[in-house]
Order: sequence, then C-alpha cells, then structure tokens
Amino acid sequence: MIRFLLRRLVTMCVTLLIISALVFFIIKLPPGDFLTNQIAELRAQGESASIAKAEFLIQQYGLDEPAWQQYLVWIGVMPGPNGFSGLLQGDWGWSFEFDRPVAEVVGDALWLTLLVNLAVVIFIHVVSIPIAIYSATRQYSVGDYIATFIGYIGLATPSFLLALILLYYMNRWFGVSIGGLYDAQYAGEPWTWDKTKSLLSHLIVPTLVIGLSGTAAMIRRMRANLLDELGKQYYVTAKAKGLPPGKALLKYPFRMSLNPFIADIGNLLPHLISGSVLVSLVLSLPTVGPILLGALKSQDQFLAGFILMFVAVLTVIGMMVSDLLLALLDPRIRLGGSR
Amino acid sequence: MEKPLLSIRQLTVDFKADSGDFRAVDGLSFDIPKGKTVALVGESGSGKSVTAQAILQILPKKAHLSGGSIVFNDPAGTAPLDIAEIGAESDAMHALRGGRIAMIFQEPMTSLSPLHTIGDQIGEALVIHARVGRAEAGKRTMEVLARVGFPDPRRALRTYPFELSGGLRQRAMIAMALITRPALLIADEPTTALDVTTQAQILDLIKELQAETGMSVLLITHDLGVVANVADEVVVMYRGRVMEAGSREDIFRNPQHPYLQALMRAVPRFDMGEDERLRPIREVKSATLARVHAPERPEPKGPILKAEGLTKCFTLRSGWFSGKTRTIHAVNDVNLTLPAGRTLGLVGESGCGKTTVSKMIMRAMQPDAGQVIFDDGTGPRNVFELDGDALTAYRRSVQFIFQDPFSSLNPRMTVYEILTEPLRIHNIGTPDQRYERVKQLLDMVGLDQRSLRRYPHSFSGGQRQRLGIARALALEPRVLLCDEPVSALDVSVQAQVLNLLKDLQSALGLSYIFVSHNLAVVDYIADTIAVMCRGYIVEEAPKTSLFRNPVHPYTQALLAAVPDPDIDHPLDFDKLRTDRFSHPSEWPEPFRLVEGEAGLMKEIEPGHRVRLGSHRALEAA
Repeated sequence: MIRFLLRRLVTMCVTLLIISALVFFIIKLPPGDFLTNQIAELRAQGESASIAKAEFLIQQYGLDEPAWQQYLVWIGVMPGPNGFSGLLQGDWGWSFEFDRPVAEVVGDALWLTLLVNLAVVIFIHVVSIPIAIYSATRQYSVGDYIATFIGYIGLATPSFLLALILLYYMNRWFGVSIGGLYDAQYAGEPWTWDKTKSLLSHLIVPTLVIGLSGTAAMIRRMRANLLDELGKQYYVTAKAKGLPPGKALLKYPFRMSLNPFIADIGNLLPHLISGSVLVSLVLSLPTVGPILLGALKSQDQFLAGFILMFVAVLTVIGMMVSDLLLALLDPRIRLGGSR
Repeated sequence: MEKPLLSIRQLTVDFKADSGDFRAVDGLSFDIPKGKTVALVGESGSGKSVTAQAILQILPKKAHLSGGSIVFNDPAGTAPLDIAEIGAESDAMHALRGGRIAMIFQEPMTSLSPLHTIGDQIGEALVIHARVGRAEAGKRTMEVLARVGFPDPRRALRTYPFELSGGLRQRAMIAMALITRPALLIADEPTTALDVTTQAQILDLIKELQAETGMSVLLITHDLGVVANVADEVVVMYRGRVMEAGSREDIFRNPQHPYLQALMRAVPRFDMGEDERLRPIREVKSATLARVHAPERPEPKGPILKAEGLTKCFTLRSGWFSGKTRTIHAVNDVNLTLPAGRTLGLVGESGCGKTTVSKMIMRAMQPDAGQVIFDDGTGPRNVFELDGDALTAYRRSVQFIFQDPFSSLNPRMTVYEILTEPLRIHNIGTPDQRYERVKQLLDMVGLDQRSLRRYPHSFSGGQRQRLGIARALALEPRVLLCDEPVSALDVSVQAQVLNLLKDLQSALGLSYIFVSHNLAVVDYIADTIAVMCRGYIVEEAPKTSLFRNPVHPYTQALLAAVPDPDIDHPLDFDKLRTDRFSHPSEWPEPFRLVEGEAGLMKEIEPGHRVRLGSHRALEAA
C-alpha cells in the first residue's frame, strides 16, 4: 500500500513537471510578451516614465533571458534576480495586467471557483442519481420517458443561453439581480454572516445553470449502467434471498453501477472549471475562468501559467483520489491482479 | 397419504414479446413430496427455469403468471398457501423467498456480487429472515460455511467471490440458500458450469444436506446423468408441458414418451459401439455434405501437427498494492501428436492448461520452451519460426472453434459478413466466388441459405455454434482446434454438433484437437485421448485402451466422477469424497511428483503412456 502510494506520488510529480513545461512554452509560443507589447505601445505614445518602469519589470522578472531560463526560474529550481523564488517556493509571480502579485489577483476567485464547482458536483449527483434509479427501474414507463425528455432538453440547451434567460426573467419577475456571487455592496468587504448569506442565495442560479447539462448526461449514463446491472444474475440472487426490491437494488446493482462515476472524479474537476467560463462571463461570477481567459489573451504569462498549473494539480489529485476510492470500494481492484 | 410439500396445478406463464405473446409454461402440474428430490428435465427453452422463477415469484418483467396454482404446505407453517395468489412483493412472499424456499443458480460467478464478501452475502439471508444480530449471523454463517466444506470458514467470511474456485463459489451459494433451513431448495442447473469431479462433490453435498435437514429439492437440469444419480422423481418437460413424469426407476427403465426416448438416445455413453452414432432429437440435413471432397493437396507423411516439450509459466501479481509475484507452471513439457485426419482429445479440469496449450498451437501465445511442428505435406516446420507468407499459410491451415457461441460471433455483423471475413482477410476469390463459397459453407453445416442477411442474435445456441464451425471452415483448413465446443449446449444440440463435426471430418479429411472436460463427449469423438492435470499430460492412450484400462489415479478419479445416465451405474460418492488426485503431490507412488519434478512418460502398452515420478521411471529402466 505504502509502496503504491509512493510510486503514485513520484509519477504525479513527474506528470506535473511535464505539464508545467508544456504550459510555459505554449504561453510563450506567440512572439513577444505582455511587457514588450506594452513598451511598443508606450513608445508610440512617447511616455518615457512608463517605459522605464516596464523596462525595470523586464529586468526584475528576467524576461530578457532565454525562455528555458525563465521557465526554470518560474518553477523555482534556478535562482532568478531575487534568488530562488518560484512556484516551488510559493511565489506565484506578478500579474503585469493587474500590476499586482498573482496571489492577490487570483486570491478569492480561486476559493469561490472551488466552491461553485463543489456545489455543482453535489447538485449533479443529488439530482441525477434518484432520477436515474427511478427511470431505470421503471424502464419505458411514462416517468422514464419524461425524465429522458427533460434530460435531452438539458443536454441540448447551451448553458450560457439559459444563464441569459434566467438573468432576464429573475430580474423581471422577482426583481433579483443574480449576477455576481454576492451583492455588490459586499465586494471587498471582510467575510461576515450577511455576506455568506448573500453568497449562498447567489449560488443557486449558477449551480443550476452550470450543472444542468452535467445532470442530464449523468442521468443518461447512470440509467444505462443501472439497466445493465439490473439484468445481472446476482440481483436475482438477492431477490431470491428475500430482500425487498428497494434494498436489493441499493446494495447490489447500484453499488456496481457507481464504479465508472468514481473513476470519473479526476476528469470532473478540471472540466467544470474550464467548462463554466462562458457562464461565469455571462453571470459575471468572480471565478478564475474569466481571469484565465483575459490572461491568455493579453499574454500575462505568470497569471495564466499559475491558473493552468492549478487546474493541472487539481486533475492529478482528482485522479489519485478516484484511484484510491476505486480500490477502497472495489475489492476486485484491491485484491485482484491474479485474474 | 401425506400432502406434498409443493403442488403445482395447471400453471401457466405467458411472456409478452415484441414478436407477440408466447406461452412459456402451459398447464403444468406436478408435486414435490416432502424430503424428496424431483428433477425437472428438458432442453433449454422448455420452461424449466421459468417454472422455478414462478415458484419464487421472481419472473422477468415481461412474464406473468396467468393461471394455475402453486400450493405450498409448509411443515413449519400453518395453513397451505397458494403462491400464485399472493403478490410478488407482499410480506408473505418476502418471508417465503429465501426463508422457506431457497434457490441456487447455474453460474456461481455471476450469481454472487463481486463487491461484497461471502460472509456478508450469506449472513444477509439470515438477517432478513431470522432477525438475529450481526455477531450471531457471523457465527451461524461460519457454521454453515464449515458444513458445506470450506477449509477455513473464519477466513472465508472475509473473502470475495472472485478469490474462490468455481466449486467453492457454488458451495457458498448452497450455504447462502441453506442458512435459513428452507423446506424447499430449488437448484437451477447447479453443476452445469462445473468440472465433473467438482460436480460429483456438489451433488454429494446436496444429497447429504438433504438427508440432514429433510428438505425437498427441485433439481433443474438437462443432464440425464445427474438425474439418474440424485433424483427420486423425474418430470420431463418440453415446450412448457409435461411429457412424462414418474419415479426414477420408471423413467430410466421404461421410458414411454418418444421425446424422452429421443432425449436418452442423444446422450453420449461410454459403452457405445465403435460406429454407433448419437441420434439427436432433430437431425440436421445437409444436401451437399455427402458430395464435398477434401481439396486436392499434398498430404503429410508423418503426423500433421506435433507439440514437443511445450512449457509456459505465468507470473502473477498477488495484489494491486503489493509487489509480490508468484510463478505458476501452466503447461509443463507437453508432447502431443496429431496424425492427419484423426482427432486428439485433450481432457482435464478447468485450470489444467488445456486452453493454454491450444493457444500456443495457434501461435496466439509464445511458449517459454518447446516447439510446435506443422507438416502441410511439404515437410515438417517449426510453427514459431514461420514468418511472412509461410505464417499466413499456417493461419489458413489451423482454425479455431470457440466454447461460447454467444460471444464469439460479432453481433453487429450479418452471417454473410461473418463468413466472408476470413476470405476477405486472406484476399481469396472475387465477391461472386465468396458468395458461392458462403452458400456452400452454410449448407455444409446444415443452415438455411436464407439466413445470410440475418444477425447472430436471431439464431439459437446450436445454430450459432454451427455458424462458428462454418466460419472456421471457410479457409479450407487442415486442422481445427475445438475448445469445449459443445459444453455450452444442450444434450440434443450437442449431439447435432458432434455428429456434424464427425461428418465434416470424414468428408473433408480434417484433423481435430478437441479440448473438453466432458469425458463421454471426448470418448465419442476422439481417436486418441490425452489427460491433463496441473499442466502435465498424465496419461495418453487410444480411446479404447484408456477407458478399458485407465492407469493413472487422476484418470481413474476423472472417469469415476462422470455421472452415467444409467441407474445401474451410480456414482460412488464415498470413493469420490476421499480420492480426488487433482494435485501431483496427492498421487500415490509410483505416480507421485515432488515439487519441481516433471517425471517421465512410460509406455505400458502400444500407444498408452503414463507419467511416473522420475526416480521410479529410472528404476524401471
């Protein structure tokens, strides 16, 4: 067990290293960077003071060095102008666009993103699992058809469109503004109970919008998985033992049908972050999605690099968690191998 | 007269299908007396399993009980209860199901949940019906596991089904059914998926437990050999109706109904004459088979196929998290000779290495040592050194017939596509020629030419197996490797397929390697038989001398475990209980092999060789 964990940790580190290299060089691929673009612009306007500051920053962050050196400094294995100061040391770099450290720019957004996505994941599972069980056990019934129909609509509706519609009607009917994650008056305020309440009430619509297509997809997959398992012999055995159908269903086929979903946890986290960018823009949610988009457009390399690395770390950890959970839940994986 | 435990009267079960309604059980009536075993016999599709499901009210959704009564006189209960009257999900039915009437199924692997421990699944039955605490349930589970023969019941509580062999899994199923001490045990083909030796043990166990608890058993099977050995009464079913019913004596000594007589003729027996043919219930006719000839090609002078010193080891990882590995010798120094136009039978329990040998002969797997020599008339050549065109030619010459006719045909391809695929792969013929060839193939295996556009799912098991044979024949092979080709089929269909293989052999001059665990089947089709155990060939002989004079203790044990459909030759359960000889270290001198020793084959009569421990063989020499 411990050997397995160690092996996984080592592979995780190697994976992250490779991802960091890819991320950095792809961001660097277009000619120039944020500062050289800015300097060119400033030169055209003839503002020498700002140019001096920009040139100072280029010096400061070693942007005049070759790319591989910049990369090594960025991840923190090579001393830069400030000594060893990179991702490994917890220094996430400087955002040129916001003219603030990346940690400050991203700060709250990071945790709000995680919060929104966690809410979405919970919403998807809580809603879709009972519906899936219902429509699998009553295959081809009216209820099954209704659930299937709603599911298809959910799959086919673009989430940003739904966001726009909700934005409009919520305001018109209830006079509620659902943009943002809390009311405007709390922006920049410290966290109080009122702010938290405001956050929770604002969370409902984004969760619904972002989670809808996921829920629809999950219902379809869960229903198909369950239908496969319901035909299996061990379910008949359980019923022949005298278990009432509900108990038998939850203990045997349902448990079996969970495996693919646990295996999916690793993919779920990054997908939700990148998948919710459009909705975040429309609903002006202070999550990292829109920040990432902006950073990539303006070649704000440290900011973009950090967010991408953050997603990568989430993915790798998610994979590890799902592997461990699978081994925990499925004895065939834990003890198997011989067949 | 004492009232029977269960009496079924005019039971009718209908199925709603897309193609219209269909009556699976049609006015069925029979009784199960207290403490007796009633065997329900018939081919697949005769309604035996549906009857069992009706008794437990676990019919599939598409089926419904449309008439009749199932009266259960529980010796422990009060008034007789008509199961057909009460709801499938009523409390009374829940209490009955698993509590008073328990059931075991054919496939012990799929019948147990792979995610829950044996202890959990067995104890659950008790918790549902007896309202006992967790500790008490654990204790009782351990007792019942010990009773059904688990070597270490305490450990068994925490093991998962996939860690057990097929025989132990079926024992666990029996433990699960019996922990509540039911009045009736329904056993639906309980031994069909098991080896003969394991089958004999399970039958023995059921008999013993029946004597102990006084329960009745409803045994559902298509194997008349099993029936002759364990049943008190027999009910023969065909298309949902009773054809004949009576005591075992009556049924076997004096079968009246033509269907029953036909069923009995379809079973291969050891005492069949040299040229006696099995007579399937429905004979398959081929218009052209009598007229086809083997293609003109040079014939080998020696044997067509030879295996020399084949050895294969597998390395197992014992778990996901531990780095420990274990090496097992799947195949140990196997030598086989297949003369052209003959059949070599390879017999042994599951896990003895028969399939590994056939895979190496196919060159689907590389051996650790040894070679396979193939002679297509141009001289013997080592198969593992072939490449390019020579290898392609070898692939054409050696074809495979699989065990499971359901999973070995692609469900998304039509019959035409399935049968022309080998021709397309080997680039043989124009589309017109292929079409002609496919029509000819279909006729050879006795299938209608109109089935070309149909998909495999619309065929029965026997028809699918014939499709598999037709596909194997498409490339005009010289050698067919048949891996348990009839073990998934009913007796009557089995007889059809075996006869077909025999006819094809004489018409086309094919050579067969026939792998099976059923000795009677091998006896019917093979000329020479090799018995395998734990990767070793322990005995090899022409079939007459092997069955007349089995020398090796393992061969003897294997033969003794085959249930004969003749009530004058019952299984000797006492002997089977003590002597299994399934491991080399259990064999008595001079056969015993110590760890890591291969021993030597010694010829005791012409063509009849037996494996002896090597020091013995040296002494003898």
